Amino acid sequence: MPTFVRTDKCDGCKGQDKTACMYICPHDLMKLDKDGSDTGHAMKSYNQEPEQCWECYSCVKICPQNAIEARHYADVVPLGGSVQPLRGSDSIMWTIKFRNGTLKRFKFPIRTTPEGSIEPYAGKPDADMSKITQPGFFNHMEQNGYRVGDPSELLRK
Amino acid sequence: MAEFGNPDVIQEEVDILMIGGGMACCGAAYEIMPWAKQAEAALGRELKIKLVDKAAMDRSGAVAQGLSAINTYIGSEQDPADYARMVSNDLMGITRDDLAYDLGRHVDESVHLFEEWGLPIWKLDENGERHDGSKGLTPLKDGGKPVRSGKWQIMINGESYKWIVAEAAKKAIGIERIQERVFIVKLVNDKNDPSRVAGAAGFSVRDHKLYIYKAKAILLAAGGCVNIFRPRSVGEGTGRAWYPVWNSGSTYTMAAEAGAELTLMENRFVPTRFKDGYGPVGAWFLLFKSKATNAFGELYMVRNKEMLDDYPPYGKAAVPASCLRNHLMLKEMKEGRGPIWMDTVTALADLRETLSPREVKHLEAEAWEDFLDMCVGQCGIWVGENIEPEKKNSELMPTEPYLLGSHSGCCGIWTSGPDDVGAPTSETETGVPAHLPSGWNWGYRGMTTVKGLFTAGDGVGASGHKFSSGSHAEGRMAAKAMVKYVLDNKDYVPELDTSVDDLVTEIYRPVRTYLEHKDYTTAIDVNPHYITPKMLQFRLQKIMDEYVAGVATYYTTNEHMMAVAEEKLGMLKEDAEKMRAKDLHELLRAWENYHRILTAEAHMKHIQFRQESRYPGFYYRADKNFVDEENWHCFVNSIYDKTTKQWTCFKRAHVDLVDKSKLFKAAAH
Repeated sequence: MPTFVRTDKCDGCKGQDKTACMYICPHDLMKLDKDGSDTGHAMKSYNQEPEQCWECYSCVKICPQNAIEARHYADVVPLGGSVQPLRGSDSIMWTIKFRNGTLKRFKFPIRTTPEGSIEPYAGKPDADMSKITQPGFFNHMEQNGYRVGDPSELLRK
Repeated sequence: MAEFGNPDVIQEEVDILMIGGGMACCGAAYEIMPWAKQAEAALGRELKIKLVDKAAMDRSGAVAQGLSAINTYIGSEQDPADYARMVSNDLMGITRDDLAYDLGRHVDESVHLFEEWGLPIWKLDENGERHDGSKGLTPLKDGGKPVRSGKWQIMINGESYKWIVAEAAKKAIGIERIQERVFIVKLVNDKNDPSRVAGAAGFSVRDHKLYIYKAKAILLAAGGCVNIFRPRSVGEGTGRAWYPVWNSGSTYTMAAEAGAELTLMENRFVPTRFKDGYGPVGAWFLLFKSKATNAFGELYMVRNKEMLDDYPPYGKAAVPASCLRNHLMLKEMKEGRGPIWMDTVTALADLRETLSPREVKHLEAEAWEDFLDMCVGQCGIWVGENIEPEKKNSELMPTEPYLLGSHSGCCGIWTSGPDDVGAPTSETETGVPAHLPSGWNWGYRGMTTVKGLFTAGDGVGASGHKFSSGSHAEGRMAAKAMVKYVLDNKDYVPELDTSVDDLVTEIYRPVRTYLEHKDYTTAIDVNPHYITPKMLQFRLQKIMDEYVAGVATYYTTNEHMMAVAEEKLGMLKEDAEKMRAKDLHELLRAWENYHRILTAEAHMKHIQFRQESRYPGFYYRADKNFVDEENWHCFVNSIYDKTTKQWTCFKRAHVDLVDKSKLFKAAAH
């Protein structure tokens, strides 16, 4: 399902040089048509290579105007369904509409800490240079995750 | 003033360059800073570090969309040796136990960090009921019980998995050390030592800028390879690859051109997935206990179980190798007993018998979340075709082939392993080129056979089943080793063996070809002087599909078909120099497709060299349709000569470091 951008909702991220969808697309598909010469819709973005779209929904989820949706791959999928998320700070809500009109809604958690709150080295030890050639990370066992292993399992040791 | 075809050249010298922004490079970015800080004392100056990503780290790499499970979590109850055994059997006995074991002992350290950073991980409560990761149950680090969907997998609410891991990486390394939207397309060797890497070059997909980096150490972790075979969907659905469509073989090609030894490039992964959307089947098989049948409701794993006897011992393990499960399914398809169904209706009905209405509602949400967290496209199929899994079964289908080293495949680069697990220190096979190392470790964990060039994730060959968590851990191991390497080489000053002008000419060739010839014809895409990247990709996919065991031939080839492929690939490689790029976006595609060609060629050369069919169900050589344990229980490795453009393949001996017979004890009773 390549994504598409609704003309009635996209505001080109208010004329910034880079739109949110352009920023995020992992495959460089979204493009801001500054003067309308590509699409006839100036200052709106569009998916410039729909047959390369992985449907990862990164652009759909990040668009501040909820202007991006997906129309499922036309060479594969019957028309009429839609799968649309609303991604918040701690959860994501999905509205799922079937071709036959059946509607489902789901909400799932996406993270347990506030966005931007990670302090990567808070409470972590310094690296110990005397151990740089040994197994283990700089914060060895601080996370209780190093699995020492039964030495008798190693045949050639 | 820079313009299209005439870029500004940005040159920068660093100590350590990281290429890629996926799980492996995020792991490296996190691990490297504490070591770099300590190294400053020895070096007497700040360590210069840069990470370059062709996309945006928040959503780059294979985890961009999210995941519904972490597939590698050892837990306190299992041993790294058990993990190394599983990896080995799933990949038909030929993997590096040293790499798998090392990954197994380290990987949970990363998983526990993910949870600390905010990734919701499902838990079992004291009554054995499962809860999503937002309920605040005891963290894994403190003994919390994960929800296992298999022996090695744990369930997560992973829509924002990459977002979270990237946040930690970006904060760790600092935004000033990150360059996004620059596609590195070439490594550059050292002028005074061709066996050493000295830098890398690429271009911005946003501005008319070309970037040239000099570096003492480089981590190349730019993913696996997708879309070298004609995909089953060739219209808009081309993009719905199972693995991310932006994985274009950059890791393998850039390493090979720099002289790095590749390993097991004959290996491929052909996942059996929900048809067309390629939605994950793991939770359906393992968590919901669903069964796969032929058109008549027969279980092909039961109906065809004697076929496993043809492949001892790999068919005899409690869980037969992935390729063999495909092998049994393909028999049904070839003999006309398709379609293959995932019987979701029966599975959910059976589960409902023992569950309360509340639990049933929860179960339905779990089934949908499995797709929504990592493969929304499959939901697109379901809504379009009115499929509710409790009412209507879904088709399964083996996909087009993929090349990767971190998921259930093991192609990649020959990499230095740990020195404390009993790995060989010498080589018993003859024919290994003299300049290459003989044992399995040569000083720095994660270093390739090119001095200063490191890899992780999909880049490391012969050690599959790392997945997201393992790739992160592997990036961390490489980061630590790179700091040591830089300290050991502190007087080394990198000098590029290629001039800046030559790099600009080569990298921008598709643009200049376009500008030179674009007015020759009236139709921009039809011009005898150039080929569009898209058409070049179609040609590559047609060759690989029809001659090198794609879906068109039910994954079958032979030496004669490969001889034809070899000739056609040779001409395609020549024509790649005539690719055009009408804008920076197409320049990105041009270089991605160049990387695809060389990766595809390596794949073909390795299949050609290996005189057997090591992975039945993934590919068959009809002329050598057997597993030959006596002669081919070994690695097939290769090097590429960028001057002559020729591959050299050779054997390396396989050695077990853990006892594999333990896998088969149950079957012996």
